[in-house]
Amino acid sequence: MNNKPSTLFDKVWDAHVVRKIEDGPDVFFIDRHFIHEVTSPVAFLGLESRGIDVMFPDCTFATADHNTPTINQHLPVTDPLSANQLQALERNSAKYGISHWGLGNPKNGIVHVVGPENGITLPGMTIVCGDSHTSTHGAFGAIAFGIGTSEVEMVLSSQCIMQPKPKKMRINVNGKLGKAVTAKDVTLYIIAKLTTAGATGYFVEYAGDVFENMSMEGRMTVCNMSIEMGARGGMIAPDETTFNYINGREKAPKGAAWDKALAYWKTLQTDAGASFDKEYHFDAADIEPMITYGTNPGMGMGISKHIPKATDLEGGVATYEKSLKYMGFEEDQLMLGKKVDYVFIGSCTNGRIEDFRAFASIIKGRKKADHITAWIVPGSHIVEAQIKEEGILDILTDAGFQLRQPGCSACLAMNDDKIPAGKYAVSTSNRNFEGRQGPGSRTLLASPYVAAAAAITGVVTDPRDLLA
Amino acid sequence: MAYDKFTVLTSTAVPLPIENVDTDQIIPARFLKATERKGFGDNLFRDWRYNNDESPRQDFVLNNPLYGGKILVGGKNFGSGSSREHAAWAIYDYGFRCVVSSFFADIFKGNAINVGILPVQVSEAFLDQIFKAIEADPKTVITVDLAAQTITLDATGAQESFAINGYKKHNMINGFDDIDYLQAMKAEIKAFASTHSI
Repeated sequence: MNNKPSTLFDKVWDAHVVRKIEDGPDVFFIDRHFIHEVTSPVAFLGLESRGIDVMFPDCTFATADHNTPTINQHLPVTDPLSANQLQALERNSAKYGISHWGLGNPKNGIVHVVGPENGITLPGMTIVCGDSHTSTHGAFGAIAFGIGTSEVEMVLSSQCIMQPKPKKMRINVNGKLGKAVTAKDVTLYIIAKLTTAGATGYFVEYAGDVFENMSMEGRMTVCNMSIEMGARGGMIAPDETTFNYINGREKAPKGAAWDKALAYWKTLQTDAGASFDKEYHFDAADIEPMITYGTNPGMGMGISKHIPKATDLEGGVATYEKSLKYMGFEEDQLMLGKKVDYVFIGSCTNGRIEDFRAFASIIKGRKKADHITAWIVPGSHIVEAQIKEEGILDILTDAGFQLRQPGCSACLAMNDDKIPAGKYAVSTSNRNFEGRQGPGSRTLLASPYVAAAAAITGVVTDPRDLLA
Repeated sequence: MAYDKFTVLTSTAVPLPIENVDTDQIIPARFLKATERKGFGDNLFRDWRYNNDESPRQDFVLNNPLYGGKILVGGKNFGSGSSREHAAWAIYDYGFRCVVSSFFADIFKGNAINVGILPVQVSEAFLDQIFKAIEADPKTVITVDLAAQTITLDATGAQESFAINGYKKHNMINGFDDIDYLQAMKAEIKAFASTHSI
């Protein structure tokens, strides 16, 4: 028995090392592999050209999400390139015996929404997908991170990737969150503090009572955004909230297998005295509802603040000025009151039921601003069904909103959901890069509350003014 | 996909002195619809390179005939954002074999090596020296020696070492890839899987 204090990350990582290569990466075993239509086709071509097979098809799960329409999903996909990708995923999954939840399947949805809601994502697992927001699954105490297509081919063919072990960082947030301050605001605050590259080379553990008191949906939002500060992933120790969320889900262990799993999961915590390469402490009381003003997720601030001056920053003035010019903003301006054209709620960051409840709590009894185009996109069919069951759809309809069908949608604008050039979108998604939501689009990242407030008033508005 | 061996690269370079170049800029999502690894170089830096009417933007470096070569030099935190390997494919397909920066995003760095592009991380000061040298003379020649792990400005001899782990270095010099390695240890992986329960 090794009694040296160990971190949650070390416990999970070390249990998955098949071989350590001297002066090289670890051969790292993967428990769960998610694939989607965009980053998998070339990996399957690679298998074919090498004449090799999928080693453990039961450990890979396919869903179509990145490149799917969010209206009229019962009709054939009109874009021939998109249709071709969807067909390739279906064909490749069938050929190798991989479970496939394609367009129209009741289990279909965004990969990082459907994995957890179907009990595929479990504590202590290693989980990868050809998508950087795979970090979402870390909310369950899993090591989860995005990989490239070459690595998708590695996992398909050998259930392993070659991965150097990252350094360890712990981010502690303690205290009581203020009114209308959500998980999204916590993560945008942390990223603004650390910058977009502040955690590059690290794997993050989030700790403190703010995360302990957070729902699984909130924890997923936080872990999802870990990549936006450069971290490979982020994780939160599993607890009763985690176990209650998992219990009874379709693919979760049942009966004796549940008891055995639960006993193991309860060991997945960082021991007292375990060390990290870097550690941060933040106070929940310092966090306001957040909004971004620039072209990377680190360029965020409290919604009542003024856009920082270039001279207050460390270096990078030219890049900063380029960013503000793209956004059509100037230093020292207030964000409050700025005109908004589009509102997008959805994505793997904020496309879960709790996000639509928050959105509905503000729009209830109010009307959408006339000039606002709003795209309300559930993360999965299961979320869509919940929206209907809970009466949220009625609230949306009464306020002048329409509900679309599940998919990644305007988060990356691969489908037709593109924000036009020059237009401003308050978006609950994860990236505000130039053109991310369509060529020339201007994205303001924020929480579902801030998105709802903008949808009602038509301008950037502090949601605390609208919440009862 | 196996790739060309990388030993010594001597070339002029294309400067892109912008920080936080994310993979959505390297290749926007709407160009990720192919099911084969072909033609991505045409859309490299698409929205910085072309106007909405498809005409080339004269102020973008790839449209400036003064600059060319197999080395791309970017500002710090190059390749942040999406894990899309298409970004590395686009850079490779365009003709680059090496990207130099003072800092790389993790996933991009791994993807680059996996497709045969050498990411060379240098100090801020050396990066600045490279940008200044290219600004003064667009035909500045740079030599990247993988075996020696050095990058040199040929005209002045200014040189810096860069890090790469021994395993990846061996792979790149010999044109091996990780899948070759993993295929050779399948029995060991299966034995691991049989004792590993979750």
